Amino acid sequence: MHDVEKIFEKMSAALPEGPVRIKEAVEAGRKVVGCYCAFTPYEVIRAAGAIPVSLCSTSEKPIAAGEEHLPRNLCPLIKASYGFGLTDTCPYFHFCDLVIGETTCDGKKKMYELLDRLRPTYVMQLPQIVSEEAVESWRHEIKLLARHLEETLGTAITEEALRREIRWRNEERKVMNELYELSRLCPPPLSGRELHLVNEFFKVGFGEEAYLNKVRELTRCLRENYEAGQRRVSDEKRRIIVTGCPTGKSVEKVFHAIEENGGVIVAFENCGGVKPSYELVDEALPPYEALAHKYLGIPCSCMSPNGKRLKLLEDLVAEYEADGVVDLILQACHTYAVESFLVHETARASGIPCITVETDYYQGDVEQLSTRMGAFVEMMGI
Amino acid sequence: MSISLASWAMGLDVGSVAAKGVLLRDGEWVARAMIATGWDPAEAGRRLRAELTDSVGMDLELPRVVATGYGRNAVEANGRVTEISCHALGARRLFGDGVRTILDIGGQDSKVIALDRSGNVANFLMNDKCAAGTGRFLQNMAVMLGCSLSDFSSLSEDLEPHGISSMCTVFAESEVVGLLARGVDKNALALGLLDAVASRAEGMMRRLGLQPEVVFTGGVSQSRNLRALLEKRLNLPVRVSEDSQYAGALGAALLATRKTTRRRRRDEDAPK
Ligand code: SF4
Ligand code: SF4
Repeated sequence: MHDVEKIFEKMSAALPEGPVRIKEAVEAGRKVVGCYCAFTPYEVIRAAGAIPVSLCSTSEKPIAAGEEHLPRNLCPLIKASYGFGLTDTCPYFHFCDLVIGETTCDGKKKMYELLDRLRPTYVMQLPQIVSEEAVESWRHEIKLLARHLEETLGTAITEEALRREIRWRNEERKVMNELYELSRLCPPPLSGRELHLVNEFFKVGFGEEAYLNKVRELTRCLRENYEAGQRRVSDEKRRIIVTGCPTGKSVEKVFHAIEENGGVIVAFENCGGVKPSYELVDEALPPYEALAHKYLGIPCSCMSPNGKRLKLLEDLVAEYEADGVVDLILQACHTYAVESFLVHETARASGIPCITVETDYYQGDVEQLSTRMGAFVEMMGI
Repeated sequence: MSISLASWAMGLDVGSVAAKGVLLRDGEWVARAMIATGWDPAEAGRRLRAELTDSVGMDLELPRVVATGYGRNAVEANGRVTEISCHALGARRLFGDGVRTILDIGGQDSKVIALDRSGNVANFLMNDKCAAGTGRFLQNMAVMLGCSLSDFSSLSEDLEPHGISSMCTVFAESEVVGLLARGVDKNALALGLLDAVASRAEGMMRRLGLQPEVVFTGGVSQSRNLRALLEKRLNLPVRVSEDSQYAGALGAALLATRKTTRRRRRDEDAPK
């Protein structure tokens, strides 16, 4: 048997190293570009020789500061993103040369206008429908981003570099997808909290092969152990799919509540899970066109209509043999909250129960979450 | 006298205010106990156990115990199940198999549970974030009106409830002070407060698709006036029971009579 616990420990220990490595990269002359959202084409940033980093946005700590400039009834993710910048407490924000945002939801795009005063923020105009015209306009936006990066970073983006980065990013997606797919096994070989840890670990890999190899190793060890009979998760656990707003540190309380009360998360449909990675960039197409297709195809609730998300959820329910769906809504996120109705409909059509959990980043509701999730899991049989 | 352990089952419902226990023998209710939870839910659980075993007058060793309620994880037990599932089971035992909607209003929270025809929990809603519409809200309001909670059960039904616009304890307090100062009748105001609670409960029940029979449990269900106001709003009979505060503990005890707890997931996939 491989010692998979050790691998998880190592991954967890690697998380705090992220900021140090970015600091060193900056000292060595590398450029750093801050990103928030799954729509940001990392490939273009990397082709420009810069390091795209995911900026902090999932802690309750900077929210009070964020609320000094932003309204209180705004989604915590937006308030935290801004608050981190304002208080200069996100090391990645501190080291980045510029930030890239997109016109996704209203709160975010308006927040970027203010964020621009703290750090140059380049906002891509995201169309919110998938059509031929929209793909064309998004392709144009990606080109504009490329030009902007070339100008501000003083580099040239060659087609060769872009193709290379597309291949590499696809490779990263494949490795993550392979790990995710392990949880199709009944019982799954790892918990949702462990999946989430690997996601966080992957983020601080900044595209380095060594980090990706660690994920590969984990997947291989988990599979081999499983084949040799190891069962790390009890087969009495109810299999849960989490969907809704992006995952992150402060909503781990929900995952905890599910998994401490008889459930196990087999898949995250959210950003921070399957949603941004399940489709690859088509390497046969011209690079900008390929990127436009891929990114505009991300089934985020900002898209209208967004039937693709429901299709994805339906497929995940079948592929992962889910027993229930937990719809995670961050307070004041209108787009995901409205889609809740359709998510419930989709779950019902698949014959499994669904529950919507509205929460924020504060930890005051952990007890209630525990009862709520416990009762939900019990609905699938005591 | 020798006792077969398998025939004894105990349910402990350790809530944030009160801890309730039920002892069953061969599935029949033989003892009950209620104490204040206090600061230490584990201790409350121990005391309940002792009271229940003492009350049957014998040195009962180890019945199977299932714990529920807010303090369920702190209490020594063979199994732990949430108050939603326990309440559903207990309410069916108390009121019969026709129960489809359970409204529970306790000291600190309120919840609505929808059951399917076979008695499984089909859906539920919990309000546990604020005191609005709970026993605590009414308690505070009773203090404002200079009466006690039990007076909320004996108000004349001929009075027209005086509308209250705020359900937040803090705002309602100042509203009540203002209305009293303006000379609004105290009893009409009390009815208005109860109706505000009824209206909130109605909203929760309708969101779950209100199906008869409707039963009302929890400490607040003992208010005759509130029940009448609910019936008027729902246009349906609302059943209550003197034992309804034990619904959760009873459900837990019923679960404790089962030999095994959770079925393996795979077993269910087998063709029926
Ligand atoms: S949910 Fe939508 S807006 Fe939020 S990170 Fe994902 S893609 Fe971006
Ligand atoms: S969670 Fe919702 S409101 Fe918050 S940033 Fe994402 S889409 Fe916008």
